Amino acid sequence: MTRRGRILLAIAALLTIAALILPLWTVRLVAPQYPEGLGLAIRTSTVVGLKPGDLLSINELNHYIGMRVIVPNAIPELAWMPKIVAFLAAILLIAAAFGSRRLAAAWCVLAVALAAAGIWDFHRWEYDYGHNLDMANAIIVIPGMSYQPPLLGSKQLLNFTATSWPASGTLALGGAMILVALAAADRKRTSRRPVPIVPAVPHLAGTPA
Amino acid sequence: MSLSRLSCSLIVASAVAATACRTPAPQDLLTGDAARAVYVAPGHYDEFYAFLSGGYSGQVAVYGLPSGRLLKEIPVFSAFPENGYGYTEENRALLQTTYGMVPWDDTHHPELSQTNGLPDGRWLFINGNNTPRIARIDLTRFETDEIIQIPNSAGGHASPFTTGNSEYVVSATRFSVPVPNSDVPIADYKERFKGTLSFVRADQPGKMDIAFQILMPGYDYDLGHAGKGPSDGWFFFTSYNSEQAYTKLEVNASRNDKDYIAAVHWKLAEQCVKDGKAHRTPAEYDHNYVDEKSRIAVTERKHSVLVLKPEDCPGVVYLIPTPKSPHGVDIDPTGEYIVGGGKLATVIPVHSFTKMQQAIAAKAFDGDLDGIPVLKYEAVLAGEVQHPGLGPLHTEFDGKGYAYTSMFISSEVVKWKLGTWQVVDRAPTYYSIGHLMIPGGDSRQPWGKYLLAMNKITKDRYLPTGPELDQSAQLFDISGGKMRLLLDFPTVGEPHYAQALPASLIRARQVKFLALAGNTNPYVARSEADGGITRSGKAVHVKMIAIRSHFAPDNLEGVMLGDTVYFHVTNIEQDWDIVHGFAVLGMNTANLILLPGETRTLRWVPQEVGVFPFYCTDFCSALHQEMQGYIRVSAPGSNVPLTANTSPKAATQQARMPMNHGSMKGAGR
Ligand SMILES: [Cu+2]
Repeated sequence: MTRRGRILLAIAALLTIAALILPLWTVRLVAPQYPEGLGLAIRTSTVVGLKPGDLLSINELNHYIGMRVIVPNAIPELAWMPKIVAFLAAILLIAAAFGSRRLAAAWCVLAVALAAAGIWDFHRWEYDYGHNLDMANAIIVIPGMSYQPPLLGSKQLLNFTATSWPASGTLALGGAMILVALAAADRKRTSRRPVPIVPAVPHLAGTPA
Repeated sequence: MSLSRLSCSLIVASAVAATACRTPAPQDLLTGDAARAVYVAPGHYDEFYAFLSGGYSGQVAVYGLPSGRLLKEIPVFSAFPENGYGYTEENRALLQTTYGMVPWDDTHHPELSQTNGLPDGRWLFINGNNTPRIARIDLTRFETDEIIQIPNSAGGHASPFTTGNSEYVVSATRFSVPVPNSDVPIADYKERFKGTLSFVRADQPGKMDIAFQILMPGYDYDLGHAGKGPSDGWFFFTSYNSEQAYTKLEVNASRNDKDYIAAVHWKLAEQCVKDGKAHRTPAEYDHNYVDEKSRIAVTERKHSVLVLKPEDCPGVVYLIPTPKSPHGVDIDPTGEYIVGGGKLATVIPVHSFTKMQQAIAAKAFDGDLDGIPVLKYEAVLAGEVQHPGLGPLHTEFDGKGYAYTSMFISSEVVKWKLGTWQVVDRAPTYYSIGHLMIPGGDSRQPWGKYLLAMNKITKDRYLPTGPELDQSAQLFDISGGKMRLLLDFPTVGEPHYAQALPASLIRARQVKFLALAGNTNPYVARSEADGGITRSGKAVHVKMIAIRSHFAPDNLEGVMLGDTVYFHVTNIEQDWDIVHGFAVLGMNTANLILLPGETRTLRWVPQEVGVFPFYCTDFCSALHQEMQGYIRVSAPGSNVPLTANTSPKAATQQARMPMNHGSMKGAGR
């Protein structure tokens, strides 16, 4: 692997480490009574209010409709996710150290799979959070209503408009994936098996792109 | 008074009477765009916060300018059942004095804290005029946090004017009294009665302290203002009754053609005190302040004060003769001019600080009074504003070279130019204007856009409300050459004086809720699981949380007649403007209003056996009406166990609570 490839891997590792701290996803809630909005930021290890007090207020409001209380410590994914992301970062550091294109390629496959799993899990969690209501203690019951927050974009939930978007942590991870993909594609020009200047399949040489 | 002056004043009086009788027709306002100038569209903010004293209501009222909309009443010296101020166990101490709890006062002069001679939006100080006190209001929360009593003082009128960095706020006594107060024949007034000027250290919350008092001749002291720029380090106080009359002052204190402005070199006084020239003198007074974290007020009794006699610190005080019975003393933004408002004077005298320094150096004295040099009037005078109207009281400045003086008797604002002393404009007020206020108008750099006149009498301005009518404020646009009346609006209590500053200076620092994590009240309940009931002798302590839309615990039993119940209620919300209330049937103190994150305690002594509901008094949520509970009071000696059950939601609490019989079935047997 070239020096450039290793640098790309190193940057990707740093971005992955940054994703440990940065918010992966934000959900914002706006209602007539909350013109300034309430919001949650989901990080690898926790869920926090966008402003101090927001998490408590959201939990307090949600109790009216029987939604469960969000207790970050009780969400198992938040215990796993930092380890997974740290693991991903560690692989990248190793790949950068050894200049291993193969490891980088493997990382890419793994990261895409994990990201897909993560988004699916987040969706599942939102579904459960919005559908699995404590009907015995719900104060406002609207037949047929569920409160699943959107995965992407905006949705009206009673008096709240809920808006959900990936945040800087996810962007960092996405950036890392692109960098790793570039690094993996970055062939060493002075490899033992020289890359033929003339294409191996001559009849393709003149084919328009 | 010379004959020429007298006749001149009569001419002015009749001229003014002629103009004042012509109330402008309403069209005068409608044809202009006054309404647009004060209209703040829905959802928009006012440009300024104005803090108006509430006079004998003991409070401060906060208005937006230019709209004149009332934003809030801040209780300061008066107990305020609306939110429990003065009634809760946490803040009763704020109203403690050596006379016991004094739950009212007469607030006169709001004063914004300053940095480098400019209002900075940290605090508002205000005086209690009746029982001399100075309060500090924290402007991040609009709440009274500290009150200090002023000893050796009676009538804290000249108070609490501030130095340029709020090192000190002052309090000069309106009434001279024996110092220390004692059983003295009133006829011995001249020999035995003294005035005091108190310098109160004010630059640190919770630490107000009377740094020193200066013992003055037995006059009445009225108002004061600190110097600035070249006159920084000096303070100026008006006095009247240099006749030292003690009966029928109306006549007997109005005989002298001139009384005095006392020029006090406070930096020198500070030095003399440091050099040990002041005497520690017994004096009892209370200092009350709120502990920042627990939000509990405490009282500390102090037993002495440092008193400085002018003769022990030469050069610390000079008297400047000023016509006649001066009320206001105002320093222009440059710090050079000292404007006296002689309420019986026919001119507005303006003294020059430079000339005062020269007169002191040249010893241009007219003798001395009680060892205090009296400067020659002409040696200090910069100029006199001729024919200003009748009853000049107070002057504020627009920062553009003009001064505006309120005329009590002729009910008008008079605009005049500094330096030329020429009157350039006058505007009638309705009626009997006392103070006037320009945002920052007593500071180094006024925001000279609006002027607020504060009037005592409002006949024919509003719908009548019985024998007592509202008092009023009137807003003028002073951005152009001519004053233009924009608005008048009724006020809370007597709007004695006011201060204002740009809203941005306060909004940026607003506290939206108190951090529950930082609440160190010993009875705080941070979650439903923290709630409970305990007995210690005849005192029953209930720890309770309030959150939308319930209290926890919500049913209390085992209280007996003869017990004293302490409801320690914590609003555990952490959300802006989610306030909860608390009140019990028959509560003979007040209700509680609890800010988010705050703990307050109400003491309740049940008067009879029975079941008493309590409820939230603040419409907090859709289920506000459901936010309630019961307390059961049993006969003395009955064996009802002490229990506090909770909403079913707080199931986790059950383990921690005392045994809870039939908790889900309500307060039955
Ligand atoms: Cu409530």
